[in-house]
Amino acid sequence: MPSRTIEREQSMRNKMLAAASIVVLLALPFVANAQDKTIQAIERYREMLADDNPAELYELRGAELWRKPRGSQQVSLEQCDLGLGAGIVKGAYVRTPRYFVDAGKVMDIESRIAWCMVTLQGFTAGEIAKRPFGSETYKSDMEALVTYVVSQSKGMKIDVSTAQPQEQHAYDMGKQIFALRSGSYDFACATCHGDRGKRIRLQELPYLSDPKDAGRAYIGWPAYRVSQGEMRTMQWRINDCFRQQRFPEPQYLSDSVNALIMFLAVNANGTVYNGPAIKR
Amino acid sequence: MNRNFVLCILACTSLLAPSVQAEAPDLSQEAMAMIRRDFQPRGSAGLNRLDQDAVQAVCNRFANKPPQQLMGLLQADQQAAIKFPADGNLLGDWKAGEALAQSGRGLTWSDSPGTAVGGNCYNCHQLSPAELSFGTLGPSLLKFGKLRGNTAETQRYVYGKIYNAKAANLCSNMPRFGHVGALGEKQIKDLVALILDPESPVNK
Ligand code: HEC
Ligand code: HEC
Repeated sequence: MPSRTIEREQSMRNKMLAAASIVVLLALPFVANAQDKTIQAIERYREMLADDNPAELYELRGAELWRKPRGSQQVSLEQCDLGLGAGIVKGAYVRTPRYFVDAGKVMDIESRIAWCMVTLQGFTAGEIAKRPFGSETYKSDMEALVTYVVSQSKGMKIDVSTAQPQEQHAYDMGKQIFALRSGSYDFACATCHGDRGKRIRLQELPYLSDPKDAGRAYIGWPAYRVSQGEMRTMQWRINDCFRQQRFPEPQYLSDSVNALIMFLAVNANGTVYNGPAIKR
Repeated sequence: MNRNFVLCILACTSLLAPSVQAEAPDLSQEAMAMIRRDFQPRGSAGLNRLDQDAVQAVCNRFANKPPQQLMGLLQADQQAAIKFPADGNLLGDWKAGEALAQSGRGLTWSDSPGTAVGGNCYNCHQLSPAELSFGTLGPSLLKFGKLRGNTAETQRYVYGKIYNAKAANLCSNMPRFGHVGALGEKQIKDLVALILDPESPVNK
């Protein structure tokens, strides 16, 4: 990644952190209504920053990576079939997860990009899974690629099908896993996301079985996390919720995670996708 | 009672409905198998976290609404396993309790081994009025001691609730902090004090 881009991202981040602290300061005096005020203020600051989202930089880098010959085969991803035919990126994201006959699997967008990296470019699955999630100092190629691909579905409705039996099955599995309680604290996804209007500390918890909440949550990922200085995908979001759930870790791109994403996507069907989001 | 008895009930209910099963395979069993295939141990979070005990298995099987009788049996089982302090004193230091209630650390794969486990109480409950950053998965405990009284009975109730919330409410969303060894006797006493001690900010 060119250093100019990093600098630009740094300066955007600093601006945003400043905006965030103003929001917090502004919210402090209103003790009685502090939570509502904070939430409103965060919404306003999100709107304010919508034009200045560092996700754009990931989108640009992803577009470059998409077209660049890479891997042992030294080919680009331009012939990748994301579900609408080889080479079609526009509108592909909002139609995933879906069943892919060639892979014999239901895949979300990230899994499908990884599949193309393996089958077209000659990367190994092991290489891709080695360090899938970036950090402030390490920029993952996958996060850039996903950001590029999803941004080509801006303005389209989430339209995920369960017409294939494999798709229905993935949805059913996702629904089961969502409710499954286990681990040290007897938590399931549903413990934290199974009711309307709940919070952990001040973080609002979407009720993910409800179409409205699921829609809002689903289009919120991938997102640029200001606090982490990093672009995060839905695969990361679910991985991190399993961590909070005190579960062991799901393997990267595993069927269980894809099933959960299928469950969320179908619940979110009909919601208009606005492109990569920005979060605190 | 009677893990075996409960496990039998679970097995027997599935035996009782073989024809239903033939048409619709048990999706929860299948999902469990999928999870077992897909997960890997990390840090302190081993694959044994995927083994369900009787309470988890029953709550999962009956979507958190088990039949009354089964619920009663299992609750009695959980209640009997609560270890109350031998010295009979249930009220510790509310200040230590407040610090514990604030911490949400521990037991995730990113916590280094030996990380002191927190109580997580503010994640789900309102307690001291000064703390505005509180969650709402559980009821507000503001003024709990003032409203319910700092009696021997309420002390025992609160100690038991923190030790094992499932003893009185089988599929409660509250963890079983004492039962699973996340919090020890002194820590639970300190939390009882936070909630019941008249000097605690919770009751001011
Ligand atoms: C212990 C509580 C807890 C559990 C269990 C949990 N989550 Fe979460 N989840 C959260 C919190 C807290 C947030 C909000 C994080 C933030 O705002 O930074 C969140 C956020 C999310 C989001 C994004 C919502 C948005 O609007 O951006 C999704 C999707 C999600 N969780 C899915 C899941 C799934 C699927 C599971 C089960 C594997 C799960 N969660 C389990 C606490 C939990
Ligand atoms: C994941 C969320 C969660 C966490 C963490 C949690 N609780 Fe709870 N708690 C609940 C829920 C839900 C209830 C109501 C259901 C029940 O009583 O089991 C509850 C009930 C209670 C009650 C009984 C209230 C009444 O009116 O009788 C007490 C006391 C309590 N919690 C104390 C604590 C303390 C102390 C901690 C920290 C060690 C804690 N809780 C952590 C969710 C939680």
